[in-house]
Order: sequence, then structure tokens, then C-alpha cells
Amino acid sequence: MAVASAAKFNTSISPTWCPGCGNYGIWAALKQALFELNLEPHQVLISYDIGCCGNGANFTRTYAFHSLHGRAIPPAVGAKLGNKNLAVIAVIGDGGAYGEGIQHLIHSARYNVDITVLVHNNQRFSLTTGQATATTPQKTVTLTTPFGEIKKPINPLLLSLDSGASFVARGFANDGKHLTELIKAAVNHKGFSHVDILQPCVSFNKENTNEWYQNVIYKLDSHKYKADDLIRAREKAEEFDKNGKMPIGIFYQAERQTYESQIPQLAGEPLYKKSLQGVNCLVKL
Amino acid sequence: MDKEVAIKIGGEAGFGIKVSGLILGKTLFSAGFKVFGYSEYPSLIRGGHNTYQLNIAKNDVLSVTKKIDILVALNLETVELHKEELNSGAVIIFDGLKLDKSDFSGVNLVDLPLTDLAESAGGALTRNIVALGAVMNILGMDLQLFNQELEHEFGDKGAKVVTMDKKAAQLGYDYIKKFKIGAYLKKEDGSKAGDYIMTANEATAQGMIQAGCKLYVAYPMTPATSIMHILSAKQRAYDLVVHQTEDEISAIGTAIGAAAVGVRAATGTSGGGFALMVESLGLAAMTEIPLVIIESQRTAPATGLPTWTEQGDLQFMIRAAHGEFPRFIIAPGDAAEAFYMIQEAFNLAEKFQLPVIFLLDKLLSESDFMLGDIDPDKIKIKREGFINDDELEGMRDYKRYELTKNGISKRALPGQLAGVHVINSDEHDEYGYSTEASDMRTKMMDKRFKKLEQMMADMPEPQLYGQRNADLTIVAWGSVKGAVIDAMREVEDKRSVNFLHLTYIWPFPAKRVKKVLENAKNVLLVENNKTGQLGDLIRQETGFEIKNRFLKYDGRPFFREEIIKEIKKYI
Ligand SMILES: Cc1ncc(C[n+]2csc(CCOP(=O)(O)OP(=O)(O)O)c2C)c(N)n1
Ligand code: SF4
Ligand SMILES: [Mg+2]
Repeated sequence: MAVASAAKFNTSISPTWCPGCGNYGIWAALKQALFELNLEPHQVLISYDIGCCGNGANFTRTYAFHSLHGRAIPPAVGAKLGNKNLAVIAVIGDGGAYGEGIQHLIHSARYNVDITVLVHNNQRFSLTTGQATATTPQKTVTLTTPFGEIKKPINPLLLSLDSGASFVARGFANDGKHLTELIKAAVNHKGFSHVDILQPCVSFNKENTNEWYQNVIYKLDSHKYKADDLIRAREKAEEFDKNGKMPIGIFYQAERQTYESQIPQLAGEPLYKKSLQGVNCLVKL
Repeated sequence: MDKEVAIKIGGEAGFGIKVSGLILGKTLFSAGFKVFGYSEYPSLIRGGHNTYQLNIAKNDVLSVTKKIDILVALNLETVELHKEELNSGAVIIFDGLKLDKSDFSGVNLVDLPLTDLAESAGGALTRNIVALGAVMNILGMDLQLFNQELEHEFGDKGAKVVTMDKKAAQLGYDYIKKFKIGAYLKKEDGSKAGDYIMTANEATAQGMIQAGCKLYVAYPMTPATSIMHILSAKQRAYDLVVHQTEDEISAIGTAIGAAAVGVRAATGTSGGGFALMVESLGLAAMTEIPLVIIESQRTAPATGLPTWTEQGDLQFMIRAAHGEFPRFIIAPGDAAEAFYMIQEAFNLAEKFQLPVIFLLDKLLSESDFMLGDIDPDKIKIKREGFINDDELEGMRDYKRYELTKNGISKRALPGQLAGVHVINSDEHDEYGYSTEASDMRTKMMDKRFKKLEQMMADMPEPQLYGQRNADLTIVAWGSVKGAVIDAMREVEDKRSVNFLHLTYIWPFPAKRVKKVLENAKNVLLVENNKTGQLGDLIRQETGFEIKNRFLKYDGRPFFREEIIKEIKKYI
């Protein structure tokens, strides 16, 4: 029997995240967004990275591809090329998205494949006990940086903006309503969408706590901020470094032809349904 | 003539040597001769020494010889590098080089004003064509078929170009007459040699189209790249997609993603790119997603000799990726085998839901083979392992990784209403949910390995060429085939040598190999690598130790003479 709520996206397995973990908020927002988008579990393919966030593969009832660390995006791209009727989402941590598999983020943004990348950004490799990632602030002490992180963090929004992403947003794990709207907009967007989600990790990130975030974040006001200008989007993306305030919302959205729509062989039936029979191609080359 | 003719064209990279050689090869092929074309070139776009060698015979020819009969030397370097390879009575065609006659006793030195004749034909660019016209003359052929080939090759550049080329050929053809060199071929020896001449990469690409490969995902790497070129050019005509990724890691991951939603997908690379794919090879195995991976070996390790050949990756293919899982390794021995076997590869991948590695090397990927009687319809597309909507909806409980008797469980595809599941790289239960339970872990490992029995049964056995009982049994795999078979033909006593050729190498056909080797009087292993990887594998799988090993790892393939010489040590 069809369940008329986001609960249809639950599996029989309960989440194993630590109590208070930001992943709960993201998980709820994701399910709510899918529900509000009128998607059914079988119409969605989520490609998960390896990490705390990736464990959502077992808790979220859609088709799931639980990939390798850093490698959630390539299968997502392949799945979209293979079956364009699926809503394809990649769920990745900051370790996977901005470290191990950073090239896939950059390039799929450039290709503008119609997938949504949700990055659970807790500024730590949490599943492996909280080492520093590419988004960990300098001076932070972790198991691998006992004397404080030396390396400068990257700015994920600038990265995807400069890579040509046609939709770039930032959300907060514990603002479910706002995040739900962001995920809906990202999935609805035709083209590559990147949502960096600020995610408290109660076990390994004692600096960027829920309270800390509540103090620094503010919502972009859609009346005052128009997300159609790349230069403005870049300025917003750098705001935290300048004045310690962290905007959330859609930073940038542009209409750009998707990669798939420019490949004539992908018109008509989805690729996986194309007839394989009767192609006799042996020709003199 | 029963004897074969070997022609080498040499010059600087960028001179169009391969194109010229192939025009000649195709001409002689359409005249009914058997040909084999082999190219050597450095990893440079301009400069550096390039050669293309054609071996031409009345009977089958599948390999390259060290010795040559006609050398077209477009520069001095070519003469210097290859003068030791000349058979007695050989011809060197060159343009104005100062060669010391005393260095070349028994050799016909033909100083042909290539540039002058080319210019009088209308353009210095036709220099190679002038030389080819001259070669056609000393081969004892007329220019009719050659001119046809010129039309075929340059037709799209316009009638003017073709006319100029034909004129150039004629000038070379006429000019060489005064040297009074006898004809190398008898025109009447040409019978129908077949319809196609192509590299194993070309055969593979065409086989892929025929097998219904709808997505090829790759990143360029010699010598695999031409597969990507061919498929890219043909993608619109045959309704498939070629996607170039940011790296090989992404290439295999993307192919796996497409295969996971039901597309026949493949990726391809050389050893270095494959090394990057290795983690995801295990991903395909663990998730039980069918995937075809083409690996064309080159001289390694590291960047190695990028444009040269080797069989150095066999053990790597067998062991690649952490953990244990079943896989197929298929290594065709020539272009015709590549055409058929790549089609089988797609069927096998889908039937058994696992990775199939298709192992080529530079010699196969870039040599021109004639395809004899080829049957384009021989291999049928068999789509297996899916489950339809009705069947799914009728089930109470779909289990993607159901523990079945033969280890194969039906695959619901993302999008199917009643099949929602996790395609999981973590160890998982029958539904696909992650588990670390000891009993389920054991059961899932056993499930994946249960496929082996049927895999073995489905694999064609290694072929034994020659008489059953021979004084010497040669064992080799993949591209060594041509040189061995040609060498055997030149050994007088047909009962003296036979040859066990392995193509479906993994899972290892231990029974058959053991039986052949234990009945053999004497065994010789021939491999294009340093350590005798197949030999080690045979010992591991059968306990049979092959003591006689003929190995070569200088980047060059086996020349036929080398094999003949080696055989003679044993018979
Ligand atoms: C190739 C590879 N390297 C390292 C690991 C170990 N590993 C597993 S998860 C992880 C980090 C996860 O961090 P992140 O992506 O930020 O996800 P989180 O756990 O924070 O949600 C690492 C390093 C691995 N599984 N595979
Ligand atoms: S370790 Fe951190 S990210 Fe992982 S589940 Fe616990 S709180 Fe969440
Ligand atoms: Mg993290």
C-alpha cells in the first residue's frame, strides 16, 4: 500500500548515526524533498559515498548504489546517461567530495550532467574518527593534526562555481524546512546541482557545533539576492572569510543545456532500452 | 611464388608512413594476397623514426619477419637502422642518398628521384605515392587496384588530389623499370583473401557495436585509444554513446553506473589506466554489475615504452584489486578472434554479472590483420539475468543478491517498481543491505564463487594447433599466436611441432592444459614478457613446470625467425 508521507522512503533499518548528528536532519530533509517532488522510491537512484553520510544507503528506501570512497559521482553520471528517467542524486561527505574524488565534482559540474550532488560537510573524515579534511579550518586539532591543521581549507562553493556548476547552494542540516526547499530546487534544476550542507558532527567536530552554526548563518533573502550573477555568487561564497557570516540558500542558478541533451543518441528512449539487435556493423575500415 | 615478400617503409614520424603502407597492403589484399601489417613508431608526433612493414604471401601470414626484401627509405636513418635486415637480393628505394655501394653487396640500390617526380606530379606530398608506385612495379603488379585504393583513401579530398596521386604512382612505376628488377609476386597467385583487413582494435570496436555496447567510457591511452576514436566516429550512426571522462577512475565508475541501470557498457585503457581502475574492478565484482574492460598492454612498468608491445600484465589482471572474486580474462590472438571474443565478453559479463577483462596488446591493437572467412552473425546477443515487472510484482520479497544454487541472482534495474534495493559495495545480505555478520559474509563470498563452475563450463577450451602428437608442444597466449603459427608452417616436418594457444585464460582451463602438457614429449613456453607469467600460472594451476622458456621483453614482438630458430633447438 502506498504510504502518503515521506516515511515511504524509510527502510526497515534504523539509522546508526550518533544521537545529535547532523545527518539526521539531512536525511529527513532529503526524504521530505523527494516526497514533495512526488517521486516514488523506484524513480530515484542515490549514489552514496563511503563515510558516515554514505551509511544512509541502508536507511533510505530508493534504489541505492553504495559506491567507493570518493567515487559516488561517476556511477551517478553513468546511471543518468543510462536511464535519463531516473532522478539521480549523489550523497557524499566533504572527505569524498572535496578530497578523494574532487576531480569528479569539478568535471561533472563542467559537463553539466543532470545530477544533484549533496555534500554532507562536517569538516571531518568522521567515519574514520575525525581526521582533518580539505574543509577543516587551519589550526584545528584532530588525530592527524595534533599541532593544529597547517593547510588552508578550500571553499567548496567557489570551487563548483568556477567549475561551471549551473546550480550552487548551501544548506544547514538542522534547518530542515529550508534544506528541503533547497534539495527540491536542486533536484528540479535541469543540469548539475551542488548543495554543500553544513553538518554538525557531535563526535569529532567540537568547534562547528549546532550552536556555532546558529550564530553565524543567515538565509539569503530571495527578494534582495538574485542568484543569477556569478560574480555576486562568488562574493557571497567568500563572505564567511570576510565578515564571519555564513549565508545559506541558492547562491547561483543558471539555465545551461545539459550534457545529455546535446547528445543526439540520448534522445528518445533511455539508453538502456535501446534495441541491441540487428546491428551488423562489420565494414571495411 | 610460395615465398613471402616483406616490404618496409621507413622515415620520420609525420611522413604518413602508416597510411602509405596500409594503402599498399589493402591493394595487395584486394589482389588476393595475404598480408600482415606491422608498425613501429616512437611516442612522438613529429620526428623520430617510423616504420611500417608489410608481409605479403600467397598463403596465410599472421606475423612479422625480421628480414625484409624491399626497403623504402625516405631518409638516411632508415637505411642505417635497417640495413642488417636485408635479405640477399633485396632492394632499397631511396632518393639521392649517398650510399657506399661496397656496403651493400648483393643488394639492388634504386636511387629514385622521389621529390622531383612528386613535384612533377603536382606536389611534393605525393613522395610516398611515387615510391609505392615503384614498389608496385617490382612486385610485378599493374596499377589498376592501386589506383582504386587511392580513390578509396583520398576520394573525399577531391578529384584533383586523386588525379595527382595517380600520376605520382605512374611516374614511380615507370621510372623504376630501367633498373630491371624481377617481379616479386605472380599476379595469378592472388586468390580471394577475404573481405576485411583491420587491427584488433578496429575488430574489437566493431564487435562492441555488434554486441550492443551502448556506452563506452574511457580516457585516452595508447595503444587502446583507437577503439575510442573509432567508436566516437561511429557513435551517431550506430546509436551508442562515447563519453570521455576526467580520468580512468571516473571512466570505470561511470561505466559501472550505466551497467547498473541495464546498459551494456564498457571501458578501455592500457596498463597504466587500468592500474587506476583497479579499486573499481572490485566494486563491479562486489556489486555484481556486468562490465567489460579492455586493456591493451604496452611495454611497462610506469610509462614504459608507450608505443611498444609486451605481455606483461597477465598476472596483474588475474590478481588486480583487493580481495577475492571471480572474473573472466579473455586474450584474443588476432583481429578475427578479437571480433568474436569481445562479443562473447558482453554475453558472459551479463550472464555472470561480473567483470570481464579483455586483454590486448600493442601488437594486436595496431597491426593490420586480414580477416579470413568471418561470420558477422556468429555470436548472438544473449541478454540474461534480468527480471521483468510482472515477475517482480508477483514476488512478495525481491532479493537482489539471493543465494542461489549457481550463484547467479536476478537483477532488477533501477526504475523497476517492485525491485528497490541497495547495490552495495559493502558486504551485504540478500537484499543488498550492509552486513558484517560472519555467516552472511561467508555465504555471500560462496555465492559469488559458485559462479565459477558454470563459468568454466561456458568457456571455450584452449585450441591445439597442429598434429596431436608432436615432438615439441609450444604454449603461448594472446598475440604470440601469429608468430608461432607462421613459424610452424615453415618447419618442414609437420609432425614435429604443435601449439597450445590460450585465449580464455581465467578462470584457468587447468584440466585441458594439464592433459595436453602431460602428454607432450617436450614443451616450450613462448611469452612476450620477462618472467614467463603464463608459465608460472600453469605451474600454479596444474603443477606442471615448463622448463623451456623463450621470453622476450625488449618492446618488440617475436619475429618469426626467432621462433623458428628456437623451435630448431628442440627438434
Ligand atoms: C580509497 C579509500 N581510502 C580511504 C578510505 C577510508 N575512509 C572511509 S570513509 C573516509 C572518510 C569519510 O569522510 P567523509 O567523506 O567526509 O564522510 P563522513 O564520514 O565525514 O560523513 C575514509 C578516509 C576508504 N574507504 N577508501
Ligand atoms: S561520527 Fe559524526 S558524522 Fe558520524 S555519525 Fe557520529 S556525529 Fe554523525
Ligand atoms: Mg566528513
